[in-house]
This record gives sequence, C-alpha cells and structure tokens, in this order.
Amino acid sequence: MDILRFITCGSVDDGKSTLIGRLLYDSDSVSLDVLATLEKKRTATNSTDVDLALLTDGLKAEREQGITIDVAHKYFTTPRRKFIITDAPGHVQYTRNMVTGASNADLAIVLVDARQGVIEQTRRHTLLASLLGIRHFVLAVNKLDLVGYDEAVFQKIVADYQAIAEQLKLAHVQAIPLSALHGDNIVRRSKHITWYAGPSLLEHLESVPVATDANPHEPRFQVQYVIRPQTEELPDYRGYAGRIQSGTYRAGDKVRIWPSGLETVLEAIEVNQQAVPTAEAPLGVVLRLRDDIDISRGDTIVPIAAHPAVVRELEATLCWMDERPLRAGRKLLVQHHATVVKAAVTTILQKTNIETFESVGTDEAKLNDIVRVRLKTASPLVADEYRQNRDTGAFILVDEQTGATLAAGLIAATDPEYFTQEVAAEPAFSI
Amino acid sequence: MDYLDRLEAEAIHILREVAGQFERPALLFSGGKDSIALTRLAEKAFRPGKFPFPLVHIDTGHNFEEIIRYRDDLAARLGEKLIVRKVEDTIRARGLREPGGKYPSRNPLQTYTLLDVIEEFEFDACIGGARRDEEKARAKERIFSVRDDFGQWDPKRQRPELWNIYNGRIQKGENVRVFPISNWTELDVWNYIQREKIELPEIYFSHERQCVVLPSGQLLGLSEHLNLDDTDEIVQRRVRFRTVGDSTCTAAVESDAASIDDIIQDLLLAKVSERGATRLDDNLSETGMEDRKRNGYF
Repeated sequence: MDILRFITCGSVDDGKSTLIGRLLYDSDSVSLDVLATLEKKRTATNSTDVDLALLTDGLKAEREQGITIDVAHKYFTTPRRKFIITDAPGHVQYTRNMVTGASNADLAIVLVDARQGVIEQTRRHTLLASLLGIRHFVLAVNKLDLVGYDEAVFQKIVADYQAIAEQLKLAHVQAIPLSALHGDNIVRRSKHITWYAGPSLLEHLESVPVATDANPHEPRFQVQYVIRPQTEELPDYRGYAGRIQSGTYRAGDKVRIWPSGLETVLEAIEVNQQAVPTAEAPLGVVLRLRDDIDISRGDTIVPIAAHPAVVRELEATLCWMDERPLRAGRKLLVQHHATVVKAAVTTILQKTNIETFESVGTDEAKLNDIVRVRLKTASPLVADEYRQNRDTGAFILVDEQTGATLAAGLIAATDPEYFTQEVAAEPAFSI
Repeated sequence: MDYLDRLEAEAIHILREVAGQFERPALLFSGGKDSIALTRLAEKAFRPGKFPFPLVHIDTGHNFEEIIRYRDDLAARLGEKLIVRKVEDTIRARGLREPGGKYPSRNPLQTYTLLDVIEEFEFDACIGGARRDEEKARAKERIFSVRDDFGQWDPKRQRPELWNIYNGRIQKGENVRVFPISNWTELDVWNYIQREKIELPEIYFSHERQCVVLPSGQLLGLSEHLNLDDTDEIVQRRVRFRTVGDSTCTAAVESDAASIDDIIQDLLLAKVSERGATRLDDNLSETGMEDRKRNGYF
C-alpha cells in the first residue's frame, strides 16, 4: 500500500470542506461519535442535512465565520491507499497556507463552482500548485445539482480550464463533474450525471500513479546530525545521520563532501544499526566514511560522479508570505533543509501576474506575491534547480530577528549564464 | 517503499532536525503507546549514540500503576535519562486548588507542571506524540509548533510549514512543540507497534477490572481518586484501554483483545473514534482541545 498526499483548493464557498467531508463520510471514514456531534448540530440549527464541512473546519473562528482559515489535515485509508488530505483555505489572504499545503502534495483537486466557472482563484491556485511541482490535477466541477446537471455547463468550464492547463503545461488533468452536497461522483458514480463515463473522484484518487519516491535524480544527502557515542565500546564511532533526499547510495562508492570538496569513501550505510549495501530516497540513514574529515550539520555528501551546484549567488522564485513587503537589499536567512546561511536579496527581477501568468517588472514583493529574485549568500549553498529536484531545489526565507518564515523559495537558476535580464519596473503612473 | 517505512522515515527526519536545531530538547513521555512508539523512533534516529534529550514525564499522581512501572523499566532498558515532575508538587508550590467532583481530573493542571519543567530545564523544544487525526484542533497544528512565553498556541499566527523544511528558530522565552508522528493515524501506530514488536503496558490488553458505569455508559476503572457515592454502579468487566491518560479521565472499552493482532482487528471494526471512546475531557465542550492548547497544553 502506498500514500497519496493531495490538496484541495478553490475559492471561498466552492465547497471544499463539504467535498472532503463527503469523501470521508461516503468512504465510511467518519466514526459514530463524530457523526453524533454533527447530528446534534443539525438538530440545533434545524437543517435537513448534516453539515459535512464541520468535519474539517476545526477552529472556533472558522466555525463562527463559516470559512477555512488554516490548513487542516485529514487521513483516510481504503484497501488501495492511505490518503493524506490537506484542506487549504480559499480566501486570498490565506494564500500562503495554500502554498504550504501544495509544497507537500502529489495531486491537487481544483474546485470550481459550476455556477461561477473558472475565476481568478482557479487560475491563482492552479498556478501555485503547478509552480510547486504538482503534476496531477483534478478539475472538480462542483454544485452541478444547482445547474440541473447540465453537460454544457461542465464542458464550457473544462474548455476554459484547458486553456490554463496548456499555458502552464500541466502534465495530467482529470475533469470530474460532481456535487459534494449530494455525493454525486465523489465515492460512487452519479445517477444524475448520465453523460459522464469517467471515474468517480475516489476511483481516480485510488488509481492515479504516485510520484516515485526515489526520484530519479542524482544522489543527494545532507547531514542532519553527527552521531558520536564516545563510549568504551565505540570510542571512535562517527556516523553522519540524515535523509537521502534523492537517488541511491551504495556502500563502497567514492564520495565528495560539499561545500569543502574533500574526497573519501562511503565505508558503510547503516539503517537501524544494520549495514545495508544500498539505500534510496527518502530513507533516513547513517553514513560512515573512511577518513576522519571535518564534517558538520548541513554538509552534503554525494558520489563523486554527481555534480551539485555549489554557489553563493542564485535566482529563485519566491512566494512572499509576510505582511511587510520585500524590497531589494533586505538581509535575511536562507534555510535550505539543514543549512542556514545569511543572505541578501540583491534584486527583485520580476513579478508574476496571476491573471495572465506573464512576468512584469517590480521593485517589491507584497504578501502573496510571486516574484523572481536574485540572492547572494554569505557562505556557499549546495543547490539544485527546483524543476530538477523538488527536495534540494527548495528553501525557505527566515527573518533573523523574529524567526518568522517569510517566503517559500524555489531555486530557478544556479548558473549566471542563465540568469534573468533585469526588467525595468513599470512606472506607477504613466505620464 | 511501504507506507509505514515512509511514515517512519519522516518521523526520524523530524527527530534528527530537533537534535540538530535545538540546544535543550526534551521528549515528553506519557507512557501511552504514541510516546512509546516515539522512543522506538528515537532509537532508530540516534543509536548507537545516546538520545540527545531526556524523557520527561509529568506525573499527575492519578496514573495507572502499570504505566509508572513500564516507564521506569523502559528508561532503564534504554539507558536514557528520565525526569519526573509531579502535579502534586505544582499544586502545593503554586497554591492551586485540587479538582473536585466525583471524577476529579488533574489533567488540566498538567499544563502548569509542564510549563514549570520547561522553565526549570530551559527546554527549547518538547517532542510529543500527538497526532493530527486525534482531534480537529490538532488537525491544524504544525509539526514544529511555536509557543510563546506562556506556552500558548495561536492558531492564527502559525508559521507556514513548507515541504519538509522545519523552521525552529525562536526568540528567548519561546519554545517549540514538535510532533514527529503528526501524520500517523491510530491504526498506523498499532501497525507499527506490531511490526516492530514493541512491548506495551498490560492495560492496553484485555483484563478483568472493576469499573464505574458513567451516565454516558462509558466505563471508568475504579480507583481511590474517585469520589463515588451510593448511586454509582460498580461492575466487573473485561476491558482494555485505547489511550492512556489519567485513570480518572480515561475510560476503558469492553474488549477481549489479548494481543496486538486482536487490537488491530478490533480497530478495523471500531466505529467510535479514539478520543470519543475514551476521553472525558474533550466532551466538555465543542472546542475543548483548542482551548486547552491555546493555554499551553501539549
């Protein structure tokens, strides 16, 4: 059995929470006492149906306002798969939470209200999900009951979305007409939507291929922690504990330590104190090296045939998540997994217009903006481009004083040859 | 790679991040199956070295004696440091009022003892075995959850948690709660315990016990801490515990499950959620857990 992590996104009132509630409810994943709580609520509010959205909206403020503020995680299992659902908020001001959810997802369900069609949030969320490397999309056209289960409405929305999919070069899109409220095409095929022959949502989620674990990239391993027991039995033991971020490691291979560039031999790979001949991502392992080299947390160990970029300047796409706008010259910290280095944003190159997906010049990044920037770091980073490696191509920006997470960063270019030509900022007023 | 291997790899990664990012972490050990699973994960993360943190147990004084015995044996077997702080001492030192009523629960008072022990040892990170599937406020919590000076959780000001990059940078006085098995369900934990052949305290398995029948129909194990009267019905039943909290607020479920296999079978058939079946404190209000978490609860 494997795991599929998916995110649900869409605008406010598209019915995301209801959709998840329905998925849990119809797949028998809701327990009796939770159902009893829902039932109590139904009677109290004099409604005819239980409010399935209550299954996910967990915070007081969310129930008061009837909206989802923060990312909620839900879990359910069918005989085919374990599912981890990230329910992301639809409000524009919580877009950063949507990015948070998408960063860990294999698939995105993009909800569209059949009465509204494709709207700005549909474009924004699809852009964000695709930017974060999600390959599988479900266009879930919801509330079809409210348009009389009309096929023409569905087809119009599919056509509109197709244009977005082409523009963003989405790999896989499955469009499904449904009604979360009534359970049409969620777990079971709909009796009302006779013109649709495709899978129900759950059928699709159960059969879509999950991105392979040991992503077929070059091997990468970053030291998280150095194990040194210094006991009588093991006076000289030194093991480098960490996670294989990508690729495969083989005991006996010649390896190089970055950023120092020193070379040695991978003496042994240990998993739970047992030596294994090979290990692959995303396994946690302990690496033992032949030579006693100065290695600490954040250093990268790779076979000598692998060539990560080791740079002090790079270009990245940022999803800016702080209230205070980013301006060029700002100093902050880059946290690249176990490495934390001081850095400065030297230039804000351009901003993505989420309506047109075009790049425009800008000199600042506001909350929820997607910008391309150039960064300089105080010490070298062992980096890959995000589109090559979703693990080692990712970093976060952190405020040195408060510790707040300011941005999600996706490495776009590590070689100055491919750096962006600066686009002049558009004047605020045209004369 | 099997899904349990993936969950295990994620948890080990998180534990090592704690070791790498913090100076004085601690593992909050309740004696329950989740924190027991955490100790196994810590062995996998740090052996042949020592754990880079002590085990910390907040003893309410209302614990099951089997749990206390198990705790001491486990710490000895692991050869790791165990710190125990008693709620009773907090009550005395802070002049708090003992909870009253028929089923007096010291559960809410644990928060004070926890905050005191964090201050005493200047812990900057506390690892806990909470899971997001337990309760809906927990479903919203980050894996690295920053708490302020008063241990408070502000759900609206949570840091975005991107990819598997965990930001543990804090200011003086703040600390972080870390939940390595956030993404595990109750069934995942049991499957893991079975796979790893982890020994558990006896009270998880079916045994005869004298119980009080609560108005809700739930069964509460008889103990000296309860203030019962003539109206209470005492029965002898074959029961086990699905979760292990205080003896005064953790209900037993009727069960013949004598092995982990039986429990997993039970669970696959179970239609009542873990907290719903066994926790008296969450039923107090719709937002019981959220309120307690805001105030510094685990």
